[in-house]
Amino acid sequence: MSSPAPVRGRRAGAGVSFILPYLPFLIGFGIAPMIYALVLAFTTSGGGWAGAGNFTRTFKDYRFLPAFEHILLYTGVWLGTLIVFVVGLALLLHGRAGRVSTGFRFLFYLPGALAGAAAVLVWLFMLDPAVSPFSFLEHDVFGVQLFVQSIAPGKLPFVFAMIAFWTGAGGWIVVMYGALNTIPPELDEAARIDGAGPFTIALRLKLPLIRKWIAYMLILSFATGTQLFIEPQLVNEASLGLVPDTWSSNQLAYQLAFRYGDFNAAAAIAVDLLVIGLLAAVLIVTRTGLFRREG
Amino acid sequence: MRATARGLRLLILTAFAVFFVIPVGWLILAPTKADGALVRRNPLSFGSFHQVVLAWDHLDAFSDHIYRVWIGNSLLYALSATAIVLATAIPAGYGLALGNFPGRKLVLTLTLVVMIMPAAALVLPIFLELNAMHLIGSVLSVILPFSFFPFGVYLAYLYYATAIPRDLLDAARVDGAGEWQTFRRVALPLAKPIVALVFFFSFVADWNNFFLPYAVLADSSQYPIQVGLSDLLSSTPSFNPAQGGGGQQVNIFRPELALATLLAVVPVAIVFLLSQRALVRGMLGGAVKQ
Repeated sequence: MSSPAPVRGRRAGAGVSFILPYLPFLIGFGIAPMIYALVLAFTTSGGGWAGAGNFTRTFKDYRFLPAFEHILLYTGVWLGTLIVFVVGLALLLHGRAGRVSTGFRFLFYLPGALAGAAAVLVWLFMLDPAVSPFSFLEHDVFGVQLFVQSIAPGKLPFVFAMIAFWTGAGGWIVVMYGALNTIPPELDEAARIDGAGPFTIALRLKLPLIRKWIAYMLILSFATGTQLFIEPQLVNEASLGLVPDTWSSNQLAYQLAFRYGDFNAAAAIAVDLLVIGLLAAVLIVTRTGLFRREG
Repeated sequence: MRATARGLRLLILTAFAVFFVIPVGWLILAPTKADGALVRRNPLSFGSFHQVVLAWDHLDAFSDHIYRVWIGNSLLYALSATAIVLATAIPAGYGLALGNFPGRKLVLTLTLVVMIMPAAALVLPIFLELNAMHLIGSVLSVILPFSFFPFGVYLAYLYYATAIPRDLLDAARVDGAGEWQTFRRVALPLAKPIVALVFFFSFVADWNNFFLPYAVLADSSQYPIQVGLSDLLSSTPSFNPAQGGGGQQVNIFRPELALATLLAVVPVAIVFLLSQRALVRGMLGGAVKQ
């Protein structure tokens, strides 16, 4: 095109009509709820300014610290298992690709179809020594004879971490495997010629190259883990109240809103959790570089 | 030495495969046995198909066929919300990728941030907002929040920004087609794979969502299946011997509960297996170039 081409279609304002149907949803269920929660968190039930009142009030609630301890312990255990086993299994699978590796990836991925309440129900059965196929483990290794012993409060963070690992690990293994596949085979080859064994290649070459994916998995899982709700809620129902219905922070906020009608306190806790989620999201977008598209 | 390493590798992988697969196998086999047999017999043995029919009859009779109502509700919520998602997200992704208007970057960044944030973080704020709007207890209080699916917008954006040659669209415009015509005649037909992808993700996310409907719906006849399962759990003595007589009256024991769980995941399992690759690509957020 030698002659000055007509301005290529992109006058200012072009395309704005396409996002108009989406905007009400983005504002209504993305932005507005956050702002409204903030407003509630900083006001009193009468609508007056509360300052940090709601935050200090909920912090002093006797259930607040235990709930945060629970989710932090749970998240810690979960992240630990994720990093060791997901990365380990992905490296193991990638060491010798082939049909066996594909088959295993599929089997690991299978429980992902059971999310939410279904996964929890399955594990309630698995934890009941009366019917569980793992009952020999429960009897002999953990000394558990009854269902209520399986869900004893001290074990819950580990139980929930296991459920989360069971449903989610397969997906992450496939993701890590995909990331490992983007490593050019020549690199692998060169290392092998240099005399590096498979173990050295995995740890020294492959692991550093998928670091940002591991960071992504950990930040995202941390944010998701702190929002725990359904697992303790169902265990509360199955245990006839043996496990409190304020076990996790989200449950506490839920109870404050529903049982006590204290929306300002509920909003304060929701904002605490929202900040964790927002921080994680911003961290992923700005630090991992995984979502960098525009120059 | 090498053989030992290979054997060890296979051993570790098999041990994990057992951990991942056995619970699924147990769940599939459980409804084939009566409650007593579940305790006495080998946990991984097959009972009979007759027992499955029996378990279904009990489940179906529970609370006046409410199990069917729950499945119907889930389909209604997930499908209508997904329809709205498709109608809004595909054009939005297109506009964000190829448009040129003030605030474009802001909308894109907000979409990205809300997309990465865990959905549960927004449930209570959304509940508080719907409460102020007096929408709690209405079907809309589930469908409208479900219809906001930033991940779908991001996928469509990514697709239009990278996979569609801009010249193609420019050519259409030079031919005198208006903006909407260009979208409808050229861009939309090109987006078929992305429509399928967004459909899958949105449907699965809505079907599996527990917290939001649990928070905003009050009447059990409005529950989607995920919340229905928790209702079923709390009204049976499967894990609560103390509930005693309750189980006799409603006839819901462990086989029925297992069947209810199994049937609840069938739609997602089908979608999941059909779209394994697409789902993974989506989990990667399209961030890795193919």
